[in-house]
Amino acid sequence: MSRSFLGWPVLRQLRGSDPLGRGPAVRSKATESLAPRTATADRVARSVCPYCAVGCGQRVFVKDEKVVQIEGDQDSPISRGRLCPKGSASKNLVTSDLRQTTVRYRRPYGTEWEDLDLPTAMEMIADRLVKARNDTWQELDEKDRRVRRTLGVASLGGATLDNEENYLIKKLFTAMGAIQIENQARI
Amino acid sequence: MAEAHPVGFQWVMEAKSRGAKVIHVDPRFTRTSAHADTFVPLRVGTDIAFLGGVINYVLQNELDFREYVVAYTNAPTIVSEQFRDTDDLDGLFSGFDPETRTYETASWQYDSQENDGAQREDHEMQRETASALQHETHGLSIDSEVRRDETLQHPNCVYQVLKRHFARYTPEMVALTCGVSEEDFLEVCKAWTENSGRERTTALVYSVGWTQHSVGVQYIRTGAILQLLLGNLGRPGGGIMALRGHASIQGSTDIPTLFNILPGYLPMPNAEQHTTLQEWVDAVRHPGAKGFWANAGAYGVNLLKAYWGDAATSENDFCFDYVPKITGDHGTYRTVLDMIDGKVKGYFLLGQNPAVGSAHGRAQRLGMANLDWLVVRDLFEIESATFWKNSPEVETGEIVPEECRTEVFLMPAASHVEKEGTFTQTQRVLQWREKAVEPPGDCRSELWFFYHLGRMVRERLAASTEEKDRPIQDLAWDYPVHGEHDEPSADAVLREINGYEIATGRPLSLFTEMKDDGSTLGGCWIYTGVYKDGVNQAARRKSRHEQDYVAAEWGWAWPANRRILYNRASADPDGKPWSDRKAYIWWDPDAGESGEWTGQDVPDFERTKPPSYRPPEGADGVAGIAGDDPFIMQGDGKGSLYVPQGLIDGPLPTHYEPVESPFRNPLYGQQANPTRKEYERDENRMNPSPPEEHSEVFPYVFTTSRLTEHHTAGGMSRYVEHLAELQPEMFVEVSPALAAQVGLEHNGWCHVVTARSAVEGRVHITDRLRPLRVEGRTVHQVWLPYHWGSGGIVTGDSANDLFGISLDPNVLIQESKVGTCDVRPGRRPRGQAMRDLVADHSARAGVASGAYPLVVTTGPGAASGGKSDGDPTPDPSSGETT
Repeated sequence: MSRSFLGWPVLRQLRGSDPLGRGPAVRSKATESLAPRTATADRVARSVCPYCAVGCGQRVFVKDEKVVQIEGDQDSPISRGRLCPKGSASKNLVTSDLRQTTVRYRRPYGTEWEDLDLPTAMEMIADRLVKARNDTWQELDEKDRRVRRTLGVASLGGATLDNEENYLIKKLFTAMGAIQIENQARI
Repeated sequence: MAEAHPVGFQWVMEAKSRGAKVIHVDPRFTRTSAHADTFVPLRVGTDIAFLGGVINYVLQNELDFREYVVAYTNAPTIVSEQFRDTDDLDGLFSGFDPETRTYETASWQYDSQENDGAQREDHEMQRETASALQHETHGLSIDSEVRRDETLQHPNCVYQVLKRHFARYTPEMVALTCGVSEEDFLEVCKAWTENSGRERTTALVYSVGWTQHSVGVQYIRTGAILQLLLGNLGRPGGGIMALRGHASIQGSTDIPTLFNILPGYLPMPNAEQHTTLQEWVDAVRHPGAKGFWANAGAYGVNLLKAYWGDAATSENDFCFDYVPKITGDHGTYRTVLDMIDGKVKGYFLLGQNPAVGSAHGRAQRLGMANLDWLVVRDLFEIESATFWKNSPEVETGEIVPEECRTEVFLMPAASHVEKEGTFTQTQRVLQWREKAVEPPGDCRSELWFFYHLGRMVRERLAASTEEKDRPIQDLAWDYPVHGEHDEPSADAVLREINGYEIATGRPLSLFTEMKDDGSTLGGCWIYTGVYKDGVNQAARRKSRHEQDYVAAEWGWAWPANRRILYNRASADPDGKPWSDRKAYIWWDPDAGESGEWTGQDVPDFERTKPPSYRPPEGADGVAGIAGDDPFIMQGDGKGSLYVPQGLIDGPLPTHYEPVESPFRNPLYGQQANPTRKEYERDENRMNPSPPEEHSEVFPYVFTTSRLTEHHTAGGMSRYVEHLAELQPEMFVEVSPALAAQVGLEHNGWCHVVTARSAVEGRVHITDRLRPLRVEGRTVHQVWLPYHWGSGGIVTGDSANDLFGISLDPNVLIQESKVGTCDVRPGRRPRGQAMRDLVADHSARAGVASGAYPLVVTTGPGAASGGKSDGDPTPDPSSGETT
């Protein structure tokens, strides 16, 4: 009992060489066995913060195919390893239990969400897109000018997406004749 | 900047630690103000008056960097004698047509070019199509040598025009208009000018709330004029830095998901002027004009080849005919009003939450409630996906779930760590992200969604014999896929964006390698080089410890990996650095065969064109740019202090009051921007401003901005535990004086009312907002964060519900950083009582039932100009709202 009493951190702090309790006085066997998640990760991906446009470098640590930590990238000449409260919370963003991971469907005049499997949802959306385009196709406008387009389909978004994604979005919609394609840059 | 871009702000702190003086001009004291040497509060919406005052100070005291100004700007250029300024015409420029509220611009042109420049201008069409966005990058088209007076004495030279224009922006006028003391104002003038010139440079940093004004483009123009006069452009430590707000909003402008442009700022063709490939190309390159846009033919053909591959041949004009044509305003606000009118069937929302983030949330939600179908792709169940069950309009009875026909698909999206690809950050730097993990469940990338949607649409139309389906059948849509979910290759898409030689597949290294004969293809000419030497340059991660401060080997900046645009201006006309301290790019006569540009960055100039080069008679295109013309995208190679072409609202910035203001414009009879885009509809009532009566119903000015702990419409922050806990509740920030006047209690409730809606929040009384003295009376300003909605861990009213839709005429961006309002203690009413409150305020303000405030308030159009411009479309919900 006396040995365990003497091992109390506060006594070690007062009696030993660590009066401020920031070194050996507060370490235990359990402490010694701890390792940071960044050290035990299987791999690290070089990434970029998804919030504002500063473009801070992120290192995404992965263990067992799960994101276990996201830290600022010390090598980045833009951010020098720093992240703001949002960037620091981005592990929470990507691992949140609140994330939508299945398709939700609300039928016309419905009062609740329903489940829908992804392939079915994709088929339904493709059907609706083709139909809306057909139903609203304009070969000529009201002044008989050739416009070959649809004003029945619109899209908003892109500022949080990748360049490659924006490229495909604009390419597909342009080929379909949909012109009301916009994003946050207009807002 | 410290609030919304905290990590970027470390560089301001770094500069401060090295002796830089930091000035913060803002309506509200923020974390940025706390770190600034000087904080100057001003009235929201008066930035042109403030900066115009600084310009006047520079010109009256001849403090401009004269050698730079004479050599590199259009200050010496002589403007047409027919030009009349706002000084002469009470706030209008010459050429105003009160019927269309646009300008005929012959009189704005340079001397002897009255017809050349103006014939390309159709301002009504340009306003509808936001064409200034193209002009911004396409520059002026100047066909011939312009008359110049390098002594700057000619009464019609730009320098003298500028001097007269800004002469009335005196320190007294600034104080009267902006509510800034003359002392504070002069301190800013002195600091700015003393820190500019040969040895020193000053940076101007703005956040994009600047763009959210009915005069947003002219705000930025005013900054550009000042920075040009002081020699702060194209030089290290100078420039105009737009702090953009989303991870890749720069990228989504360069490779646009925007209605009026194609990748690389090529215009979406319009049905009137661009009926053939040649017309479209000529509209961009302006045959005979100088500068790099002369090669637009190659840029356009390469895009068409990237879109339609083998089907695009020189015989069929590379399928130019497949590109749909625009005919007017197809912007997001027009489209939302069209949804209300039942003209739009389907709507895709891609990582965007307009129910909270766009101006006039009620109009957004009423629009979504009148679609056939809506596809929402997001990480969380955001408000734009749930408008049918828990929006404010469900509470007021305007949307009844059992009567709302919109079919909604909420499709879960992959996060930034679950896919690979590039973001383009705010300094034009592309950074490739590696994929860390697979997305969970049904979450998929946009790349996956659109690739497979396109594939399925093509399957459905494969057998069609209809001409209208040819562009889809012929589309080059053959991307390699990998993995369990058939994820398309982002790398392959980036290679297409970069461009390559079709026969060999060799990636192009620079846009100058693009051919207009169909032998190369490239999806976005300004991004050519991101795959230089077959290497993904955006993926470069050479540590900052292993390279100089320019850090040219971290990521890749467009164009050509240049970190400072127009950096030729960092050297004097002879090619020598302006000073040793500010050396950046210079001409080395001993380099190469007969001299080269060299320095710390990629020169923004032809590498071997000497400073002494003078174009031969009649030269056009790149050859027409002289060796001492740094602004190579402009037709005359000069920085534009005065802009004869391309802007809808005038060649010079002019102070107009915000559309909603408690004050009469102290400078001119014209109250607000006369050319702004308005949608005069019953659901889009604007609060009255002088000279209209009843502006006292909405006596306070309000503005909105971000909190550090939240992100725009909250879709990526209100659903995140840490962030929700840090900022848990919607609040309304007011000064102690306003709180006393209205009877508000700290931490109690209040609500803010406009002619559109009312929102409530907790009262936050602080000294960070100060009442200002403007035009001899006190004005109170109210501040609101705009992050909340009905979803997420923390909920609250959406500040953007308060705004109406009134747009800048150049780019069709809404005025959503300033409005007038009433503030009342307590919570807002619920249900029908809420609409009654708004209707009552509107009625008292005289804006109920089809009455719209005057737009033109001076000259012959003053009586009728604004009121005849209404949108004839009836408001389907007007029965419930009046």
